[in-house]
Amino acid sequence: MSRSAERLSDGDPVVSAAVEGREPALRDDCPQRTRQVPAFVWALPPLALLGLVFLYPLALVVRQSVRPDTGGTSLEPYADVFASASFREALGTTVWLAVGATVGCLVLGFALALVIAFVPFPGGKAVARFIDVFLSFPSFLITLALLFIYGTKGMANGLWTDATGTAGDGPFQFLTTPWGVLIAEITYFTPFVMRPLLAAFSQIDTAQLEVASSLGARPLRVVRKVILPEALPALAAGGSLVLVMCLNEFGIVLFTGAKDVTTLPMLVYSKAMLESDYPAACVVAVVNIAISVGLYGLYRVVSRRAGA
Amino acid sequence: MSSGIRTMDSGIRFDSVSVAYGKSVVLDSLDLTVEPGEVMALLGPSGSGKTTALRAVAGFVRPVSGRVFIGGRDVTALPPHRRGIGMVVQQYALFPHLRVEENVAFGLKARKTARADIPGRVADALEMTGMAAYAKRYPRELSGGQQQRVAIARALAIRPGVLLLDEPLSALDAQLRSGMLAELARLHRELPDVSILYVTHDQVEALTLADRIAVMDRARLRDCGTPQELYRAPRTAFTASFVGNANLLPVSVGVGSVSLGGAEVKVDTSGVAAGVSATLCVRPHLVGLGPGPNSLSGTVTEVQWRGATHRVLASVAGHSVKADVRELREPPALGSAVTLHFAPEDAVLLAAGVSDE
Repeated sequence: MSRSAERLSDGDPVVSAAVEGREPALRDDCPQRTRQVPAFVWALPPLALLGLVFLYPLALVVRQSVRPDTGGTSLEPYADVFASASFREALGTTVWLAVGATVGCLVLGFALALVIAFVPFPGGKAVARFIDVFLSFPSFLITLALLFIYGTKGMANGLWTDATGTAGDGPFQFLTTPWGVLIAEITYFTPFVMRPLLAAFSQIDTAQLEVASSLGARPLRVVRKVILPEALPALAAGGSLVLVMCLNEFGIVLFTGAKDVTTLPMLVYSKAMLESDYPAACVVAVVNIAISVGLYGLYRVVSRRAGA
Repeated sequence: MSSGIRTMDSGIRFDSVSVAYGKSVVLDSLDLTVEPGEVMALLGPSGSGKTTALRAVAGFVRPVSGRVFIGGRDVTALPPHRRGIGMVVQQYALFPHLRVEENVAFGLKARKTARADIPGRVADALEMTGMAAYAKRYPRELSGGQQQRVAIARALAIRPGVLLLDEPLSALDAQLRSGMLAELARLHRELPDVSILYVTHDQVEALTLADRIAVMDRARLRDCGTPQELYRAPRTAFTASFVGNANLLPVSVGVGSVSLGGAEVKVDTSGVAAGVSATLCVRPHLVGLGPGPNSLSGTVTEVQWRGATHRVLASVAGHSVKADVRELREPPALGSAVTLHFAPEDAVLLAAGVSDE
């Protein structure tokens, strides 16, 4: 006790000396620090670039949407667009297609991921890898493939007409209907749900599943009570991602050749390119952006809660 | 306590059960019976097939041949959920999204226990494992030892006739482990009808808890008996070295004595033919320093201080002999001559054919 007290009192002068000794060094540092570039300066070039190529056009779109052709600044284009039947129909079509595709992707993706993750079969790993490759495919490619199979002049119809010997079109005409778009979107976006699900499933301790079954739970119960609750965050994250992507999907709708299926992106295209009605196109685009950003915010909240 | 009520049959029987993955045989025609109410430890190094045997009882591996019986019923073809067993694994495997009480209720709900009975059964199981105060917690809010208690409660809640414990204490630190060992012994006294199959590589756990120990090595059952039998009179060198420590010394057998590097050693030679070579097994703590019956002279090669004891290693006729003696005031110097002794009745002679295993 006394010894440590002694050491402390002895140490006092040493400490003050050290501080004195350091002071000149601190003074040396000061001019150096002012010469240093503030950190925010480094953020300026990327911000400027981002502003120029992304935010500025976006601002132009928003500005254009409040500049009716009649001149001046007003919300008239919004009123016009919101009042038009074509916009309401497009909004409805977009939402139900996106929601339907998302639900389809979740159900199909969950089932497929379950099989790949928990049912050992030869080539299972190769299938899981293929999912990754599939994600890199462009969306229209899938639609094109579906056209080859189910299109008006596709393989399925060809086989049918050859087999029955009837002239004219075969029975598979669904591809140009909203159902065709829905099927194409489910086909293309399902892997986007499977990816996070497979990651989540690989985190589940197989001992949990074994203990659950030893406790008397049938396989379906194990899926419902153990796997599903632990996969919910991944399902929510994958689902909201697919929802946003479906809302903005353009290529699939265009390539199915479904002329009656007008979604918001299709409406923007037809207003801007076919009707040259730029204010209306911009209004629809702004609505589309607002929905996307809103859903993206939701996605962030959900995925943060999931710890992803 | 209602825990005495047994709702499921107990007792396990392996009838020449073999398990193989492709061409590699991981369990080779196991014959073993666990009586109702018995604790059987499956003891062996990793890769000995002990966990495979347990998984065959649980139904997670399908034997390529042989039958598995639980309570006299052939369950070989039954899926796991219809076997009626409780299971506890090393890493607890609690359901992370369920509270403690929901974890314990899982098996009861899966087995369609009457809804009104569930809270009482859950409370009973948590009471029995001392976890009643933690019913509302999530697994992540518990320590490792507490999680394992919940896992045991979850297994016991369905009142299984057979309890499978797969290295249940391996993930716990040494102090917790000895506490849980006493706890498991108490649980077994409270559940006298339950057959327990206890897989472990830890001989202390096996010696403490088991009524009988089945020693496994390289996919086969090597020995089976009470802890006392295996410890005092091991039949194979593998058993002798795996159940407790052992000096295993090659000797040639005479009549009533054996010869160890020329020195005569008196042991019971009954059952081993004179003139053959055999292995002499003596536990290190039964070897003393100084002259006595069956003296061996050698040179000290190493002295280890272990707190309460000293381990003296000596070279006797070219063989290393370990002696665990009470802490010495003046341990022998390295390289000095030393005399060791042991009582004839403390040595076991293993026939060479058996010890070669």
